[in-house]
Amino acid sequence: MNILAITEQRDNKFKKSAFEVVRSARTIADQTGGDVISLVIGDQVQAIAGELAGYGATKIVVVQQPTLAKYSSTAYAKVIAETATQLHANVLLLSATAMGKDAAPRVAVKLDAGLASDCTALKVDGGDIIATRPVYAGKALTEIKIYSAIKIFTLRPNVFPTGTSTGISGVVEILDIPLVESDFATRAVETSQASGKLDVAEADIIVTGGRGMKSTENFKLIEDLAGVLDGAVGASRAVVDAGWRPHTEQVGQTGKTVSPTLYIAVAVSGSIQHIAGMSSSKYIVAINKDKDAPIFQIADYGIVADAFDIVPALTLETKKLLGK
Amino acid sequence: MKLAVCINHVADTASKISIASDGKNIDKTGVTFILNPYDEYALEECLRLKEKNTGEVVAISLGGDAHKETLRKALAMGIDKAVLIKDDSPRDSFAVAKALADELKDISADVIFFGKQSIDSDGAAVGTMVAEMLGLPSISAVIKLEIVNGTVIAEREIEGGKENVQTTLPAVFTAQKGLNEPRYPSLKGIMAAKSKPIEEKIPKPSEVKVEVLSMRKPPSKNAGKIVGTDVSAVPELVRLLHEEAKVI
Repeated sequence: MNILAITEQRDNKFKKSAFEVVRSARTIADQTGGDVISLVIGDQVQAIAGELAGYGATKIVVVQQPTLAKYSSTAYAKVIAETATQLHANVLLLSATAMGKDAAPRVAVKLDAGLASDCTALKVDGGDIIATRPVYAGKALTEIKIYSAIKIFTLRPNVFPTGTSTGISGVVEILDIPLVESDFATRAVETSQASGKLDVAEADIIVTGGRGMKSTENFKLIEDLAGVLDGAVGASRAVVDAGWRPHTEQVGQTGKTVSPTLYIAVAVSGSIQHIAGMSSSKYIVAINKDKDAPIFQIADYGIVADAFDIVPALTLETKKLLGK
Repeated sequence: MKLAVCINHVADTASKISIASDGKNIDKTGVTFILNPYDEYALEECLRLKEKNTGEVVAISLGGDAHKETLRKALAMGIDKAVLIKDDSPRDSFAVAKALADELKDISADVIFFGKQSIDSDGAAVGTMVAEMLGLPSISAVIKLEIVNGTVIAEREIEGGKENVQTTLPAVFTAQKGLNEPRYPSLKGIMAAKSKPIEEKIPKPSEVKVEVLSMRKPPSKNAGKIVGTDVSAVPELVRLLHEEAKVI
């Protein structure tokens, strides 16, 4: 079984999820045998390819040209599918990120492959890979199996370990995949990223504010606490629908499903759709003045009090602890 | 402008989920089904494009008779034609995309819209698969769309930012929350929708590549410790997070 781990970089910096897919490919290959090949796509990405060494790839394939500097759904899908064909890959792993979720379905059609999206666990059973996929935003979990000759899995970011060095030093190779103008039917022309802003889907610590925060301005308290913890700000659906925070921060069934190490829910009551999106967090803290709020039923630690009293004190106390 | 929108009929976000006796599906008893929320944004965008450019909106749904309810809602909101591809056998994303692509191939729409994902299976794959099957460009998770003389600039969400993506029509789009504010069907629309026809079609059988072996509820979390009821609990909370949970 040859596994192709497609790694994601933006502005020639690997996403953490890139290391997660390579490491996951290694974990599978250790049980099934076969090679782990990492693929890096972009412009002048050869310079960073070496960073993947140690995570378990026996070969690191680089496909680079100036037109690949920014993501193109059509061109990237072609590069991935052709690389998989040329290197005889039977299993493809991508991250379930904005890029991976967009490229994987196209690659699946090109390779006539079954696709399992947003997996949270992979295990080897005999010669098969059995994947765990949350459905209904995490209200239920499925175990699935792919029957096609080529199988594609996208992995939820921040769930799979990157592990320690394997001692395997992958060889970097350049692969030339000829592309023509028509391969770029869809292309990103501009990418804007708020500098240093952490996305809820990628954060280890999330501080979420709910309806009880009462206004946009009051989210300053949430931002301060998230800042001290190097975490991301999350928002409940009510908050987003009220226009207090952008939809990118929404956690829950019509927002993002997250599983950080620490999730602090501030003035969030805990509706079914919200809990579905965050209940797989490792530790949950709830701060709410309503002792009957459903969020307390899944919280590891709770404080039943007014968020406006607790959050500033918590920020201060955390600052003290961390020496900030 | 010819517009097509693919819509799904799914369990409401407020639903509690329990597992059916086959251990592979949800138990539908007592569950309210709605138009998939992301498809509602897709539908609204098609209606707005029609109002701006004139044309026709066709809505397509793949599923059993229950999906007619969702197609009626689409009719009430203002679409021109409803098509039910009648098949409620288990299908993976690939097989769903195949059935929809077969139907869309004959429609030759300028704009094909999907919701970015169905909130049941959460695969987020069907729209982009259909684009590849039809040889069309696509932009997924769109939060802003501008079309001028067949040239498209769309904004899509990426981690921690946004991406402006360019393409040309015909093209496939998948809608993310934030694209627009969907309208409510008018009473007149609801009344008129009752008598409008829903065309029924039978899809070709399609091979399923991904099988669900089992479905289960996630491990339930138990309520933990209430650390306190006023600000004096804060130092203890920080201590627990630092020493017991070791997360800060």
